[in-house]
Amino acid sequence: MTFLHIPWLECSFVLSLVGALYVSRLRDPNRASAAGLVFTGIVLACTMLAWLGFYFDPDASLSQWSLQTELLGREIFFIDRLSAPLVPMVALLHFLTALATARTKMRRFSFSWSLLAESIRLMTFSCKEPWILIALLIANSIPPYFELVNRRKPTRVYVLHMGLFAGLLVFGWAFVDPTQLHSTQTAWATIPVLAAILLRCGTIPVHCWVTDWFEHASFGNALLYVAPLSGVYAGVRLLLPIAPDWMLQGVGIISLVTAVYAAAMATIQRETRRFFAFLFLSHTSLVLVGLELVTSVSLTGALSLWFSVSLSLGGFGLTLRALESRFGRLALTDFHGLYDSSRALAVSFLITGLASVGFPGTLGFVSTELLVDGAVEANVFIGLGVVAATTLNGIAVVRAYLLIFTGAHHASTISLQLGIRERIAVWTLSVLILAGGIYPQPGLTSRLKAADALIAERKKLRLTDPTPAPPSESTRHD
Amino acid sequence: MVEPIRLLEILGIIVVAAPALLVSFLGAPCLFSRQYAERTISKAIQATILFGLLSSLVILAVMLATGVRHVSIELGAWVVLGDFHFTIKFVLDRLSVPFVILTYVLTGTIAAFGSRYMHRERGYSRFFFLYALFVLGMALASLADTIETLFAGWELVGLSSALLVAFFQERPAPSRNGLRVWIVYRVSDAALILAAVILHHSTGRGDFDQLFGRTGSWPEGQASLTSSQALGVGLLLLLAAAGKSALVPFSGWLPRAMEGPTPSSAIFYGALSVHLGAFLLLRVSPILECSFWLSAAVVSLGLLTTVTALLTRSVQTDIKSALSYASLAQVGLIVAEIGFGLRYIALIHILGHACLRTLQFLRAPTLLHDHRVLENAIGAQTSGPSEAWDRICPRPIQNWLYRLGLERSYFDSFLMEVVVVPYVRVLRFFDDLESRWTDFLAGSQSREAEEVKTHSAFLEELP
Repeated sequence: MTFLHIPWLECSFVLSLVGALYVSRLRDPNRASAAGLVFTGIVLACTMLAWLGFYFDPDASLSQWSLQTELLGREIFFIDRLSAPLVPMVALLHFLTALATARTKMRRFSFSWSLLAESIRLMTFSCKEPWILIALLIANSIPPYFELVNRRKPTRVYVLHMGLFAGLLVFGWAFVDPTQLHSTQTAWATIPVLAAILLRCGTIPVHCWVTDWFEHASFGNALLYVAPLSGVYAGVRLLLPIAPDWMLQGVGIISLVTAVYAAAMATIQRETRRFFAFLFLSHTSLVLVGLELVTSVSLTGALSLWFSVSLSLGGFGLTLRALESRFGRLALTDFHGLYDSSRALAVSFLITGLASVGFPGTLGFVSTELLVDGAVEANVFIGLGVVAATTLNGIAVVRAYLLIFTGAHHASTISLQLGIRERIAVWTLSVLILAGGIYPQPGLTSRLKAADALIAERKKLRLTDPTPAPPSESTRHD
Repeated sequence: MVEPIRLLEILGIIVVAAPALLVSFLGAPCLFSRQYAERTISKAIQATILFGLLSSLVILAVMLATGVRHVSIELGAWVVLGDFHFTIKFVLDRLSVPFVILTYVLTGTIAAFGSRYMHRERGYSRFFFLYALFVLGMALASLADTIETLFAGWELVGLSSALLVAFFQERPAPSRNGLRVWIVYRVSDAALILAAVILHHSTGRGDFDQLFGRTGSWPEGQASLTSSQALGVGLLLLLAAAGKSALVPFSGWLPRAMEGPTPSSAIFYGALSVHLGAFLLLRVSPILECSFWLSAAVVSLGLLTTVTALLTRSVQTDIKSALSYASLAQVGLIVAEIGFGLRYIALIHILGHACLRTLQFLRAPTLLHDHRVLENAIGAQTSGPSEAWDRICPRPIQNWLYRLGLERSYFDSFLMEVVVVPYVRVLRFFDDLESRWTDFLAGSQSREAEEVKTHSAFLEELP
């Protein structure tokens, strides 16, 4: 047994749960913040070690050292090619959010609920067992409810949507028999599951819960709930292996319409949170478009876009949150001229915002290229839609930048520059985004392997055309 | 003794690496909210431009001396995923070398001018960081041998230009104009990337060499596309070029871009980036030959731009706007020349025009002084009211043309009325619809955010 064979993944679950319990007993916000930070940091370290263990020994079974084998008789939670970078990414987002929580926000941001949610999210992203995954996805939607209740905000929109999501998912999966699939059963099962996943991803016309959630939740929790794209994960694990081709094409079209619509809506928003919510919706839908095309290029593009979107929009959200903690909610109806008051935030806003739209030199560039390539390979009009969505997202990001940071002179007698903790969070994300943009090959190779594994799994279930998407003449040979 | 080809490859890499290093050097302190001293920035820029310019001049000399007219520099595959390759590849040929020399000459001139013009200006380091980004974008686009590399340079030029237009960020007008420029550039970027991907899928190739099956160097080459494919891809490329070069109907952004500092407006809009669209058309000119209708569209768009720009220029009352429309008139002519297949003439026209216009833009702030010096020297007025128009054109038509020029041929109003207003109106309608829907579901008013106080009011309440 080596150091990497220690069950780090299980340790991360347990530590986040222990952390949630411990922090919930603390009444002083400063102590809660410090403890929350320590626990999220340790959990991040555990997930990184788990990921390293998988990276260095991906094929060898680690189950002989797993606590799960001892306790449950089988491994339910494990890292595979798809989830390998996603699990540490979730932990990183939690850690950076805790790190970048300003003193003014410490009372409002619940570190204990955040740690509990982290634990559920980590389990979700390392689980493939359908029923357990469904239970975790439903459990995942409970902490946000208490967040709204604790903040005395309206919960009806959220409860209605999440209730419907849970109901549809359970109802649909009850009809799924993955060992003996035939058409009638599949239709009964897949349509509710499809509807549930579209709802969770915020596809139009069932997207209003996302804007409502951003409207009422604390920005940190709102961000952590949506940024890892749990709905997309559910789609990959539950829908992709069983859905017939026509259904995936339908999902692709609906997602494409959502991507363009949400991007267009982001360009006209009058408030930063709604702007961010639409930007997020557009990106989630773009990832879904790539996933539903089920070609090697598009899947790789979508999976790498998923990672880049989570990181860049996570960073973008943290930047907006830092702005909010200094200036309150910002209207996008007038110029604020905050550049001189917070230069680092302006730089971070541009780097993370442009990375999310695939600007050259950032993490999202090659992902977006791959996605556009895969989309055009499938259909020129899908490619056109993807390009239109990224174009509009780019316009929305720079419009927001110009409105927030330029166009006026903002005078302040107090320093509004970033504190050291926020600065570390911003630097970490900026460095990851730029380094991933300059040297994207390792990340893309890992996503290609995950994409191939997904295609193989789908072929195995014989629900799709058994012949893989051939490398057509149109694939690149630069 | 280094072989000439090897030497050219090394020099070609230096031409691109120098501004890339400059961007990293000037950009690093931005992350840490630090700034270099003006002197440090100025020295770094001088060194970069000197390296880049000397390298490109040596490239020209070696190519002239050895008779080599085409060198491909392949830095290897940046990304390899099965059949998908993303190669970083540059080309030294009759088009790229003059263009990159032009870039370095003009940006060097502007750096020398700008370091004094911007002295002690707030945002000195921001200006030169954006300047470095622009030089890198131009170097990448000029030497690109694959569409992806060209696209990367194209986007860097677009972002740096838009942010430079919004440079004086304490006033709303530059920010609004910066946004307008960015929107046009994004449309242009979208057209370019779509054209690039469709080209890949039509021909299976991504670099210009293979795309145009060249046996020799630019301008020789033949695109392996059918007439209809060429028309489709070519129209997208024309749209990309129109956005970047401010051809009609996108001309409106060019005078707005003059909100930026004089050094940036001089090179970015007057001399270099305004020619980037024409450069793109020159680079893909074999595609134009595949379709008569595409060539006709290029010529028509070029001539239409020239006529409208001349008309608009003649009614401008400030020198920077007049110069920008004069620039545009020439760019229109250059595009028409490309459409007619006069590639060398177009290239020479670009080089000459860019240099002349840079000089004019740089002298623009001292225009009145220059005129006085000139008139004192010749002992007479330099120009007077012309009566020729009265003889040729009746007064009502003159008035109509005057109005047309004043309204910039109504292209801005057209885009505003036909695209922007309906776009915003439709989306606001959906936004209201969503608001009502969430209110209905929530059973109360669900949007608090739009009613909360904005930051200025909020700050007043802080102790």
